[in-house]
Amino acid sequence: MYKEFKAGCQRPTITKDEGIKEIEKDGDRNIKEEKINMIKVGQPAPDFTIPAFHNGKFVELNLSEFKGKWVLLCFYPGDFTFV
Amino acid sequence: MSAVADRYKELQNLDVEVISISVDSVYVHKMWNDNELSKMVDGDIPFPMGSDQDGTIGKKYGIYDGDSGVETRGRFIIDPDGIVQGFEVLTPSVGRNVNETVRQIKAFQLVRESEGTEVTPSGWNPGKKTLKPNPDLVGNVWKQWSISEARDE
Repeated sequence: MYKEFKAGCQRPTITKDEGIKEIEKDGDRNIKEEKINMIKVGQPAPDFTIPAFHNGKFVELNLSEFKGKWVLLCFYPGDFTFV
Repeated sequence: MSAVADRYKELQNLDVEVISISVDSVYVHKMWNDNELSKMVDGDIPFPMGSDQDGTIGKKYGIYDGDSGVETRGRFIIDPDGIVQGFEVLTPSVGRNVNETVRQIKAFQLVRESEGTEVTPSGWNPGKKTLKPNPDLVGNVWKQWSISEARDE
């Protein structure tokens, strides 16, 4: 479930897929607008792969590997942000 | 996040895995764990602390705040089939209530185990009355359930 990676100066590649649609608004100025939609209850949770710190190690994990269990996914504004 | 870590054993007993996510790097997660959180909870943070540095995942879940470059307090409950059953999103200054999260997980689990034949009314907690929707219950909830159940702890 957790794939360890070594600590280094290079950071893990960010996995991007069809989840985010970038819309070209203006060809010559190349302005891109990202469309962000709220997800819906009763619908599949968007899958993702993410680097993480876990039990003293740096690992990579994938949400789909947690199927068969309940998952509590908690986003928060940042480490050391008081509450 | 320490409040969630504090309830981790209880969550594990409910077959729940926790993943926390912010835009901080895994190195900062380590520092936060080692220098602050580990002083608030018994041991280290027991669940993976994910690093979503450019907000890719936060955008998928609709909780990335591009103006500040951070993720808002979005909390999602995902069932064993990978379906989102519930979420709550707060602006950064107000923390969540883990009691309410645990209550909701228990309610979703009860409904799932009953295969949808039982539902949990407002303010339900384990041990409190559930309802079994059927044609005879239409218009008769007042005979089986009192508003005081929603009020009481």
